[in-house]
Amino acid sequence: MTMTRDPEVADAAADRPPRPPSDVPAHRKRRRTPMTWLRGGGLSNLAFVAPMLVVFAVFSWGPIVQAVVMSFQKTNLVSPPVFVGIDNFVRVLSDPNLGTAVVNTLYFALLALLFGFPLPLLLAVMMSEVRRGKGLYSALAYLPVVIPPVVAVLLWKVFYNASPDGVFNTILGWVGIPPQPWLQSSATVMPSLVLEATWAAAGGAIIIYLAALIAVPPELYDAAEVDGAGIWRKIWHVTLPQLRGVLFIMLILQVIATSQVFLEPFLFTGGGPNNATLTILLLIYRYAFQNSLGGAYGEATALSLMLAIFLALLSWAYFKLTERWSTN
Amino acid sequence: MKSSRRIAIAGVTALAVAGALAGCTSGSGSEDGTLELRVATFPPGADQAAYDAFTEQEAQFEEANPDIDIVGVEYEWTAPTFAAQLAGGSLPDVFTVPFTDSKTLLENGQLADVTDEVEELGYADKFNPIILEEVTDADGRVFGFPRQAYANGLHYNRALFEQAGLDPDSPPTTWDEVREAAKQISEATGKAGYATMATGNTGGWQLSVQADSRGASLQTANGDGTYTSTIDDDATRATLQFLHDLRWEDDSMGATFDLDWGTINQEFAAGNVGMYTSGSDVYTALVRDFGMAPDDYGLTVIPTEDGGGVLGGGDIAVMPPNLDDATTAAAVKWIDWYYMQKLLDEDAAVADAKALSDAGQAVGTPVLPVLDQATYEESLTWIEPYVNVPLDQMAGFTEGIFEQTPIGEFKGQTQPIYALMDNLVQAVLTDENADIDALLAQVDADAQALLDQ
Repeated sequence: MTMTRDPEVADAAADRPPRPPSDVPAHRKRRRTPMTWLRGGGLSNLAFVAPMLVVFAVFSWGPIVQAVVMSFQKTNLVSPPVFVGIDNFVRVLSDPNLGTAVVNTLYFALLALLFGFPLPLLLAVMMSEVRRGKGLYSALAYLPVVIPPVVAVLLWKVFYNASPDGVFNTILGWVGIPPQPWLQSSATVMPSLVLEATWAAAGGAIIIYLAALIAVPPELYDAAEVDGAGIWRKIWHVTLPQLRGVLFIMLILQVIATSQVFLEPFLFTGGGPNNATLTILLLIYRYAFQNSLGGAYGEATALSLMLAIFLALLSWAYFKLTERWSTN
Repeated sequence: MKSSRRIAIAGVTALAVAGALAGCTSGSGSEDGTLELRVATFPPGADQAAYDAFTEQEAQFEEANPDIDIVGVEYEWTAPTFAAQLAGGSLPDVFTVPFTDSKTLLENGQLADVTDEVEELGYADKFNPIILEEVTDADGRVFGFPRQAYANGLHYNRALFEQAGLDPDSPPTTWDEVREAAKQISEATGKAGYATMATGNTGGWQLSVQADSRGASLQTANGDGTYTSTIDDDATRATLQFLHDLRWEDDSMGATFDLDWGTINQEFAAGNVGMYTSGSDVYTALVRDFGMAPDDYGLTVIPTEDGGGVLGGGDIAVMPPNLDDATTAAAVKWIDWYYMQKLLDEDAAVADAKALSDAGQAVGTPVLPVLDQATYEESLTWIEPYVNVPLDQMAGFTEGIFEQTPIGEFKGQTQPIYALMDNLVQAVLTDENADIDALLAQVDADAQALLDQ
């Protein structure tokens, strides 16, 4: 018997017990030649894929390659670029603002992890226990995600008005808490940003957790109940272990997303006050666009490249570390 | 057969996608053979009356030049958007840039050389030479048309002055009086008595304005193309201390400290700010774009102390260097007609003032002359019947400005250094214990590092 790529034959073969791969010697496989590729519909496959390939190449892979090249150049995108070796990287690494940006980004990521990671999980578990109106709660939880981010930030900016008449300050006033400076103080600005970011992103995570919770076999809860487990022990010993895979994925996605936080500091504060919310991505933006006369695009792409490499390594290390935990 | 049908379908699909992609690119020429010229109009947010006035002017121009089709493009110079538009090639064919950018742009080859056109139009020698210098390179070539200049002034809200028991016809003349008035306004009305811009490079710009008025010189040109930063001086320190004290001792600056040019205008027009410093020409935007009641507006000169002067600026009408000859010629015609003739020619000045006045737009907002003083003063008499701005509420400025010493913005790395100075303003307004000496020393060092690049 020879291997075939015909789907009908393949379906028929799937009904038979699988044979170990070693049963088929390599030399007996049909050699793939351009002609077999052509007869197998390769050309039409290619024709179908080509538009997407072109779109990805032009709008995604091309710019990535161009950014890598640009990180070794001095250019204002108008005059011809000059190759400068690793000068851009050296300049970025010696910029005192880089340290501030890294610390601020880590601070944002930490706060987002503390508040933003457990909250959706908690809400999802609570919502999964609700017997009636689950759809309504899901819709309400997801609503902030539907609101365009710029609109949401502008709305929250109004809420954060630091005068005693501001929305939040008025609410705090009802319970006797004095007006807070929110965005107008280095101390309170970052938690304010995280609060809005958590509100904006929680809905998406809740939906994912809800979907994962449905997949938890109910008999596990029944068994736990027979063993006398209460609600918290059921969550700890059944729900969380069953969600482990999803939790790990959500955690790394959140770390990657918060490392690239831009929207909130850009729209709320522009990095202020006094660089208290200057994040890595905002620094990249500043390199590129703060100077109206054509920015330091080389430095901007150099820092982007370093961040991308760091996040890729972090993701790889994370998956290596958690490989066993998430499968066991 | 099956395979060839697949190929045919795939081919058709690919062609359709390719066609759709090709359809994304736009054509530039008009179908009726006229030349399409994209020109900058107003910042986003301008009211309908402004566009009505522009449409009227556009029609007048097109009647005189039937081969040119004017297309107005919304445009506002801001540091980040300008850099992106410049790099992306999406600027209009005619746009304006501030003096701070003109030198570097022309040195980078990013502006069209218009020396011959300026000479041909015959008013090369009419320009105020100090202003023309802003758009002239080392070889004497000219790269734009200075179209408007301004000096910074102290804008104040007459209604808030009255509510605080202050006389709106006797605005403050010293910084101490500004502080006292701010405190009174804040205590009487609960609004910010005084505010200052702090973000998007405007914090540095206005810190520079206020420090210069106290005698600061923030940068020294060494004459060999290099500059020395002198931000760390007593006048800058006094300015920061002044802001700190207004904020923390008097509590007379309200609760919002992240204002920029747009938002401070918005707050002022809404009656939430008693006083602030900005360009003298901002009245038009306050009324047109931010809905301020003209009766509430007041303008006077910035207090000057210790040999200080008033910082001025302005903008120039320019074109990108890559336009073809026909578009360049059309662009020059437009600049001459739209921006320059109303400064030079009585009929054009009257027509422009009438169109603006009919559309309810401001006529007569105080500016500084870009042409010689005599031409400027003569032009004011032409448009006198159409002036609709409350000039008597601006008397403090119009009567005092020519007695003040004009100062230009520093030339080296202007915008990036303004960005650094933003942090100084933000620090003293948001941190009661901000160490002004340490902050100044740091920003001075950072500015010098930028200048040494």
